[in-house]
Amino acid sequence: MGTTKDPRHDANRRSFMRTSAGLAGSLLIPGLYSSHLLAAENVPEKLGNFPDGVAGDSVFVGLTCDLTGPYSAEGTDERRGYELAIEQINNGDPLARKISPLTKKGVLGKTIKYGVADSETKPNTAVQAAKRFIHENKAMMVTGSVSSAVAIALEKACNVERTIFLAAISGSNETTGKDCQRYGFRLCYYAYSAAKAISPVLIKNIGKDKKAAYLVPDYTYGHTTYDSVSEFTGKDGGWKVVSQQVHPLGATDYSSYLINIANSGAEVLVVIDYGLDAVNSIKQASQFGLLKKMTLVVPYMSPFLGEELGPDIMQGVYGATGFWWTLQDKYEIAKDFVAAFEKKYKMKPHDSAYIAWLNLMLWADANERAGTFHPAKVVMAYEKEQKRQGPVGEVWFRGADHQGVVNFPIVRGKKPSDMKSKEDLFDIVAVVNGAEAVAPVGHFGCKLGSYA
Amino acid sequence: MPSLPLFLSQVFNGLAYGLLLSLIATGLTIIYGTLGVINFAHGALFVVGAYVGYSVFGVTHSFVLAIVGGALFTMIVGLVIERTVVRRFYARPPEDQILVTFGLSIILAELIRAIYGGVALRVPTPDWGQGIVPMGFLIYPLYRLEILAVSAAMLLALYIVLYRTRIGLIVRSGIEDALMVSLLGINVQRAFLIVFGIGAMAAGFAGVIDGPIVSLVPDMGLRVLVESFVVVVIGGVGSFPGAVLGGIIAGEILSITSMFNPAYSDVMLFAAMALVLILRPQGLMGTEGRE
Repeated sequence: MGTTKDPRHDANRRSFMRTSAGLAGSLLIPGLYSSHLLAAENVPEKLGNFPDGVAGDSVFVGLTCDLTGPYSAEGTDERRGYELAIEQINNGDPLARKISPLTKKGVLGKTIKYGVADSETKPNTAVQAAKRFIHENKAMMVTGSVSSAVAIALEKACNVERTIFLAAISGSNETTGKDCQRYGFRLCYYAYSAAKAISPVLIKNIGKDKKAAYLVPDYTYGHTTYDSVSEFTGKDGGWKVVSQQVHPLGATDYSSYLINIANSGAEVLVVIDYGLDAVNSIKQASQFGLLKKMTLVVPYMSPFLGEELGPDIMQGVYGATGFWWTLQDKYEIAKDFVAAFEKKYKMKPHDSAYIAWLNLMLWADANERAGTFHPAKVVMAYEKEQKRQGPVGEVWFRGADHQGVVNFPIVRGKKPSDMKSKEDLFDIVAVVNGAEAVAPVGHFGCKLGSYA
Repeated sequence: MPSLPLFLSQVFNGLAYGLLLSLIATGLTIIYGTLGVINFAHGALFVVGAYVGYSVFGVTHSFVLAIVGGALFTMIVGLVIERTVVRRFYARPPEDQILVTFGLSIILAELIRAIYGGVALRVPTPDWGQGIVPMGFLIYPLYRLEILAVSAAMLLALYIVLYRTRIGLIVRSGIEDALMVSLLGINVQRAFLIVFGIGAMAAGFAGVIDGPIVSLVPDMGLRVLVESFVVVVIGGVGSFPGAVLGGIIAGEILSITSMFNPAYSDVMLFAAMALVLILRPQGLMGTEGRE
């Protein structure tokens, strides 16, 4: 079962899709539409764990969360989001039905059961966990990631197994770029969309023609985010890169990198680091006195940074993030989500929980729309680009590369004196229109493999 | 090519960071150098010290008390571990010792996660360590300069206790022939207990000291363990001066490589370690044949 694609099939499928999409759309017979496509693709009726995995009255979902390692705060938060979503879908909660209107109780009448594994922010551990879920638990879907290295390893492994994988946090351009997979999806904002959205804000507030130094974790996320941010700030604002400090993921001592940056003449410090790496590097940058001389920017930011560094350091810092709870003031579904999350966990959700939660809701919706758990048919249901109302406006997946289109905020750290509570850490500077921020289809060389 | 001021800055940073690495590795060196046990729980003991220090600081707002509390509590944990588990493993092969101490480290890390949660915690720099010191071409955080002095003093004190006092002598002869030392009417078991406690205390002490520089997470211990191993392997397993030398060499490699290509600094560190293992397996200052 190869992942390479027969070009003839591809041409057939595309032209077929073009003609039949309108037809099926107008007739609203999703089942018919997909079975025709299946015939065109020669997809067997038995695929992945289908139908054995859903022979009983439940459907199993494997959660691969980075519960330990530099991204553990975000991984643990994802788990909270997933567990809330599973509970709501199983109960047929009204909030679940706002996003997945066909949902009654469970998915296609089956209760979601799940297992949680710690991926340890390591691709190998994550893949082993996913394989256990798929082979031992007959998982129909695997989801969860913070590191893009983990996300890409998982989407490849799950693609081989013809099991759907939903990345949660993953910032690399390659997740839905050159490493994209037929059975892999990524909902959240990423390097390109974050960079495109935040660059005008940075240029307007910090100025043009600035000298910038970068701290870059040495893996796919770090490199692609560096590329995108330096490209957009350079092209639109004339920012120049004077220092690029590439370091291993999970580094704890940044003194030597910071000394290089101190000697570079930089005016802006762009921290690409995420999770604990961002906490450690920024904390040490502050100890080295760099933050008095340079403006700090965190283009791809976990909102946990606010609590972990405190408002003294984070005030005035700009970042793009997936979600911030004060969006509830503007969006009704966001308000419901924050309320439900607070009720269950006695804390505000962060973007990692939000993305995890929304991923599960949209997965339930795709299965309901497909009318079956057949993995290829569910993928096709995703690819129909059905728009749904999410917590922050319309949300859907692009059929051509499985990149999610979702709105996200640009935030700025609040001054301690402006905070109304200890959770009131960020102002929302703008809500980015996801459709305008994502890269053009094909920009990062995505070629989805075959269905079968 | 990097400028001279940058080069000098990095050389100085390598020294300061290197001594911090030596301090972190101390607990491992003490326990291996005297008891011959490769203590894989070293990293976890470091974490225990760091978290207890965090709690003590939260209550008392005194960093000195945090250091004392963190170090003492870790020593107690070390004493309990020695009494209940490690003691039974002195006569067993090294792989058994590694497995049991590694198991202990998992238990300790998970206990900390259960108590404190997984979100990174922040230990503020003590008042007396705040600020930066202009040093001509280089500005350096005051706290890191103070660590330089603290590490040096701590290493010297431990060296004297373990190698220039009666207890050190008892322990080292006890390792060679425990039965013989017992026959001389000396309580070897108690000496072993004390040394394990001191080793644990050194790990906890380093944990509190390192707190203001890094962020506390329950699994930071693994990183500490690996770094400590690199330091002791380069310097000489079980050798006290070796640990200091190994730390400084590691710090300099990391700092100087980062000037040219930061992505390669870790690679160079492990390359140096491999080189030492090939050319001088006992380490730069280790003695051959030490069990």
